[in-house]
Amino acid sequence: MIKVDKVSKQFNKVKAVDAISFEVQEQENLILLGTSGCGKTTTLKMINRLIEPTSGNIFINGKNVTSQQPENLRREIGYVLQNNGLFPHYTVAENIAIVPQLLKWDKKKTEKRTAELMEKLHLGADYLNAYPNELSGGQQQRIGLARALVSDPPVLLMDEPFGALDNVTRANIHKEFKALDELTRKTIIMVTHDVQEAFELGNRICLMDKGKIVQSGTPADLLFNPANEFVESFLKDQRLHLEFKAIKITDLWDLLPDKQKQSNGNSLSADIDLWTALENFRYAKSETLTISKSENEIKTIDFEQLMSAFNRYKNKQGA
Amino acid sequence: MSEHQQTLIEFMRQQADKLAVQTLQHIGLTFISLFIAVLIGLPLGILIARKKQLSGSVLGVAGILQTIPSIALLGFMIPILGIGPKPAIVALLLYALLPIIRNTYTGITGVDASVKEAATAMGMNNWQILFKVELPLAMPVILAGIRTATVINVGVATLASYIAAGGLGEFIFGGISLNNTNMILAGAIPAALLAVIFDFLLSRVQKLNFKKIKAGTYAMPVLLVVLSSLYFIPNAYGGKLTAGFTPEFMGRQDGNLGLESKYGLKIHTIVISDAVMYKAAYEKQLDVISGYSTDGRLKAYGLVVLDDDKGIFPPYYAAPIIREDALRKFPELEKTLNLLSGKINDSVMTDLNYRTDYLHQSPERVAKDFLTQHNLWKPARGQSNAGIVRVGSKIFGEQYILANMYSMLIKGYTNYDVSTKTGLGGTKICFDALTNDQIDFYPEYTGTGLLAILQASPETINKVTQNKDSTYNYVQQEFKNRYQIKWLKPIGFNNAYALMMREQQAKSLNIKTISNLKRYLNSK
Ligand SMILES: Nc1ncnc2c1ncn2[C@@H]1O[C@H](COP(=O)(O)OP(=O)(O)OP(=O)(O)O)[C@@H](O)[C@H]1O
Ligand SMILES: [Mg+2]
Repeated sequence: MIKVDKVSKQFNKVKAVDAISFEVQEQENLILLGTSGCGKTTTLKMINRLIEPTSGNIFINGKNVTSQQPENLRREIGYVLQNNGLFPHYTVAENIAIVPQLLKWDKKKTEKRTAELMEKLHLGADYLNAYPNELSGGQQQRIGLARALVSDPPVLLMDEPFGALDNVTRANIHKEFKALDELTRKTIIMVTHDVQEAFELGNRICLMDKGKIVQSGTPADLLFNPANEFVESFLKDQRLHLEFKAIKITDLWDLLPDKQKQSNGNSLSADIDLWTALENFRYAKSETLTISKSENEIKTIDFEQLMSAFNRYKNKQGA
Repeated sequence: MSEHQQTLIEFMRQQADKLAVQTLQHIGLTFISLFIAVLIGLPLGILIARKKQLSGSVLGVAGILQTIPSIALLGFMIPILGIGPKPAIVALLLYALLPIIRNTYTGITGVDASVKEAATAMGMNNWQILFKVELPLAMPVILAGIRTATVINVGVATLASYIAAGGLGEFIFGGISLNNTNMILAGAIPAALLAVIFDFLLSRVQKLNFKKIKAGTYAMPVLLVVLSSLYFIPNAYGGKLTAGFTPEFMGRQDGNLGLESKYGLKIHTIVISDAVMYKAAYEKQLDVISGYSTDGRLKAYGLVVLDDDKGIFPPYYAAPIIREDALRKFPELEKTLNLLSGKINDSVMTDLNYRTDYLHQSPERVAKDFLTQHNLWKPARGQSNAGIVRVGSKIFGEQYILANMYSMLIKGYTNYDVSTKTGLGGTKICFDALTNDQIDFYPEYTGTGLLAILQASPETINKVTQNKDSTYNYVQQEFKNRYQIKWLKPIGFNNAYALMMREQQAKSLNIKTISNLKRYLNSK
């Protein structure tokens, strides 16, 4: 769907982006991850031509972005800014209606769509007439997202959309983000420097350093097959947590004992990640969890069995 | 004090018509120029916000324009735009430009970059970004600039009366010339009130939410145009010949009032400053002016004096006037100043003035040449501690020449040092400086002393203006009694008021006297 081909950007003497290439499939969620100044924002802005590349080409649906009128191109691409960029002189409703106005929607249609988004993003209708400075940071962030989504563009670019939020709020927004049906249909490129966020929200991650892509792949690829020491050290701090998040019970299925105990009724799906499984040990009354992969593949395991399966899985990956 | 208040109110009531006209003209001038300044300044500000490399030079030029003294700027305008409202409006708009351009530029460049980026990213084009994002967000700053410009304009517009553009300056400068406090206040108080009121109103406008009252955006220009048009209401009159009189002349018994009462002269009159009046007559923008009989420009611009056949202009013999305590402090001074007495007659003075005013020789050089010719010049004696004599002069060429002559004489004939305070505005400023011990002497005219300073009653004026000696004797006596100021011997020339016309026009219309002029005006 989106193809970035040997794109570079030179600012005077600084080579901000250095001949990078990657592709994003339809409905995929690609994360650009990396340290500050590595060229993430520059890469993102070249896609909607806020910045023109020094060399290289970018295609969306096979069409070179430079072959289109920038204004028209941008109306097809939702963009969420790092610091939301809401118009301070517009109310929430007016902010959301900016793109519809440019597209000359009629008033009814805009109002209907706005109401729909407000509900999906858990914002009360009484905020419609508020000004951005009357909202909390998290609410502003959501309005920024609503504004980018309003015309239902097929592509969404997000530059550290949750950067300014505290951890609790961010965790909540992550949950909503994943649950939002609007987003599952979209091709998303999202910039972050937060490793956890990348692992939580990304189908694939491009890890960047000094204007180049160091490695791109699924979260598990990065964790268990790091391309070099940079990748390894980048993930080191939160390694265990990331591993718990990256591994699903299905991945461990064959390593779990076959012991079939009588289930106590409610079993968990094997689609959950290890982290979620561990959380269930904490909240469940019993010492064991019942997990079902399908109708007749059901396993009951305890904590030790789960951990030993995890260790064997890791050893296998490392080999 | 209450009596004083009373007379001010009385004055204003008595002059209500004029006051209303001047106030309307003042508001009109302020807003016409403001309107044009917004039309020019706003796009310029936007342009330099877009092309930052231009900002330095544009703001620089606007800044320099604003440092040009107002009178000088008005002076520059005359050769290009003549007299009247045009040059005044242009000058005012030049002053108003800087705050408008600068605030537009600051306001627009101050708009949050991420807001502008968001606008771009959503697919707005440059015009949409300008009108929907940049201008609305910059509006409070831009309005602050317009507010500053308005207040500046209300102030500077008082000077418009110098070039016949009307406004409250007519009262203010007329009052200063005539030493008439009520007249000054009748102009100054409304001018100050206008500034305060407009400042207040604009401060309210600044706080309005423009998004909420979209109509406000359209109301502003309409309001500006309406206020601007006020200027033209009082101007709907014309006439056969046009006279340009100074504010001072307008209010004097021995000026326009005398012309009206004694000659019954009715002529379309505009008020104008002495500085540009002669040139305007020469350039046929005015036909009759109120000049001084020894003015050098009379010769330069080919003007003739109309004979004052009914004798309304009293004698104006020049003589230094000096505080008596200064005479005691500098015993050598009187003798020295009297060296000039009887040396300069009318035609000599006209010639000296011609040299400074038209040939642009410096007053210093003209003074030195004259003293040398008459064997009066001596080199300066050099430093000593005998004290410093402070010489004053009013703000025109003849006085500069006299002040220079006196300071050369003092330096050459005595051990005193001299400091000159030239260009002290009109009679009131000069005379106040003298009585307040800020200067020691300056050249004054008997007629001015009689009418402007002593403000003699009509009977007294009638009595003492019959001949030059009786006038001199009267003012000498009165100044001594009232102010302890002494009139030294007259210098010789009589710089009286006179009506003048272009020689050619006077000849072709066969006008030689003021009565001739009246007859011509009355004929159909
Ligand atoms: N307009 C510009 N002019 C000059 N240099 C720039 C410009 N924009 C970015 N750069 C430089 O390009 C490099 C990459 O910048 P970029 O904004 O893409 O980094 P980033 O990865 O988004 O960093 P961060 O996480 O801090 O936002 C930096 O060294 C930056 O200084
Ligand atoms: Mg960035």
